[in-house]
Amino acid sequence: MRSTHADTGVTASDSASASDSDFISLDGVEKVFDVRKKTGFLRSERRQVRAVDSISFTVSRGEMVGYIGPNGAGKSTTIKMLTGILTPSGGRLRVAGIDPSRERTRLAQRIGVVFGQRTTLWWDLPLIDSYRLMHRMYRIPDARYKENLDRCVELLELGELLDVPVRQLSLGQRMRGDIAAALLHDPEVLYLDEPTIGLDVVSKVRVREFLRDLNADRGTTVLLTTHDLSDIEQLCRRVMVIDHGRLMYDGPLTGLHEVGESERTLVVDLERELPPIDVESARVVKVEGPRQWLAFPAAQSAAPLVARIAAEYPLVDLSVREPDIEAVISRMYAGKATS
Amino acid sequence: MVRAWRLYAAVAAGGFRRYATYRVATAAGVFTNTVFGLILAYTYIALWDERPGLGGYDQAQAVTYVWVGQGLLAVVAVMGGGFEDELIERIRTGDIAIDLYRPVDLQAWWLAADSGRAAFQLLGRGVVPMVFGGFVFQLALPADAWTWLAFLVAVALGVLVSFAIRYLVALAAFWFMDGAGVQQLAVLAGLFFSGMTLPLNVFPGALGELARVLPWSALVQVPADVLLGERTGFALLRTYAFQAAWAVGLLALGRLVQSAATRRVVVQGG
Repeated sequence: MRSTHADTGVTASDSASASDSDFISLDGVEKVFDVRKKTGFLRSERRQVRAVDSISFTVSRGEMVGYIGPNGAGKSTTIKMLTGILTPSGGRLRVAGIDPSRERTRLAQRIGVVFGQRTTLWWDLPLIDSYRLMHRMYRIPDARYKENLDRCVELLELGELLDVPVRQLSLGQRMRGDIAAALLHDPEVLYLDEPTIGLDVVSKVRVREFLRDLNADRGTTVLLTTHDLSDIEQLCRRVMVIDHGRLMYDGPLTGLHEVGESERTLVVDLERELPPIDVESARVVKVEGPRQWLAFPAAQSAAPLVARIAAEYPLVDLSVREPDIEAVISRMYAGKATS
Repeated sequence: MVRAWRLYAAVAAGGFRRYATYRVATAAGVFTNTVFGLILAYTYIALWDERPGLGGYDQAQAVTYVWVGQGLLAVVAVMGGGFEDELIERIRTGDIAIDLYRPVDLQAWWLAADSGRAAFQLLGRGVVPMVFGGFVFQLALPADAWTWLAFLVAVALGVLVSFAIRYLVALAAFWFMDGAGVQQLAVLAGLFFSGMTLPLNVFPGALGELARVLPWSALVQVPADVLLGERTGFALLRTYAFQAAWAVGLLALGRLVQSAATRRVVVQGG
């Protein structure tokens, strides 16, 4: 189903019909910015910044992919190139068979974009006015528009907000309004740049549920950048990690743990207080009365370890804790930074 | 084509409604225009008492000119306050990126929005000062509907020229970090060269010649002259041609600058 790191140069074609496996394809894409720094009166130094440094990946139609990385890693730059707002300095980039920067307007009909920190809505006018404008702007057939709007209004609970001026909406309400605005023209791809930033827990859950349904029901391809890793955990099976403009990981969420050398924790309750458990393949990190915490590699199965402990120690209860993905990623960044 | 018109009509309607929501601001604007109109009207009366027939106007025409000017102040946005504030802000914050990926033309979009605004300002801020002026002073207003219609056409062309100037001013924000300086210069030039402070007919010699051919004269001086019956027949057509030429020229220049600005953003990230 999914192809990671497929050699896009071989399979992709310039025709408008992209195959489903490389619906979005990047091949050695680069973006270099000239940054001028003032070094003195009238004197300035020119420096080149590689915001995106030779990134290659493909996304299949209907996939939901997380795109994560720290601030300034190049996430937004990538998204901007995918929408055609930015021209790549090098490499080859196609979305639905279209070269975004060359045919921005044609592509616009097929993609939806939500920038969490910006709004596409008309600030001073009721929400519904913005939707009517989208209706005209994207030339959505009337019946389709009505159907999509009704659906979004129902699922994103916008009913009571339609007549409220956008400036009076809360952040969560506005975000839901923005997501609806991006979907009225049935885009095949949806880029979400920090869609849950600043939202409360209830709003986050609602937005995530909506996105999951959208992906499942409509087969919309979703590329999601976020700081909130729980977004990714809840929504995406595949995740790409970018740092310093380079793709550092591309694969299933679970595999991230192996790459990040993460550890799971086995919490063991013994009958009584005992010296730290001694088994190879795991080490005790904490002891508190009869309870002990053992760390072992996330990639390794817990079963043999549990069997060993059960055979040698008076075991009362146990539980396994999955590693914190946030910690995994920060360890990954730290590892690469020092290497 | 038809569908594109529907979009821009919707944008213009949005622009109209948007300004219509600010009722207090509109009332305050009407009040300000009326007060300024009074001050200017008495100043002009004093001036025309001393120099009857100054600039070819009699006193009633001069006072009428004041109220036409006050009525048009917000419509042709001589003091700013149109779409340009928002556009500059969007360029500064980078929100302009959103506008760029939409399947619409940036200039046409803002022109439509600004036309909606101007239409509202004409009704919301133009009518009341004119009517007030008519009650307090003896105005030289035309009796026939054709002159009024001719006036409205001149106003529409004036709005177009005004938009084209302000669009260029706003685009300057792509190159200057702070668009405010350019904007202030434009307001100063507009206040003087539109004929808002004094009719351009009054200026002597080369300055007057220059002021009358600059685009700003299309904003206030030209529509006022049309209403005062100073331009009729062939002269009226020439007047329209003058306004239209500036509108087309400046809009074309705006497109050039826009594509340069877009290229800059697209390559340099804004």
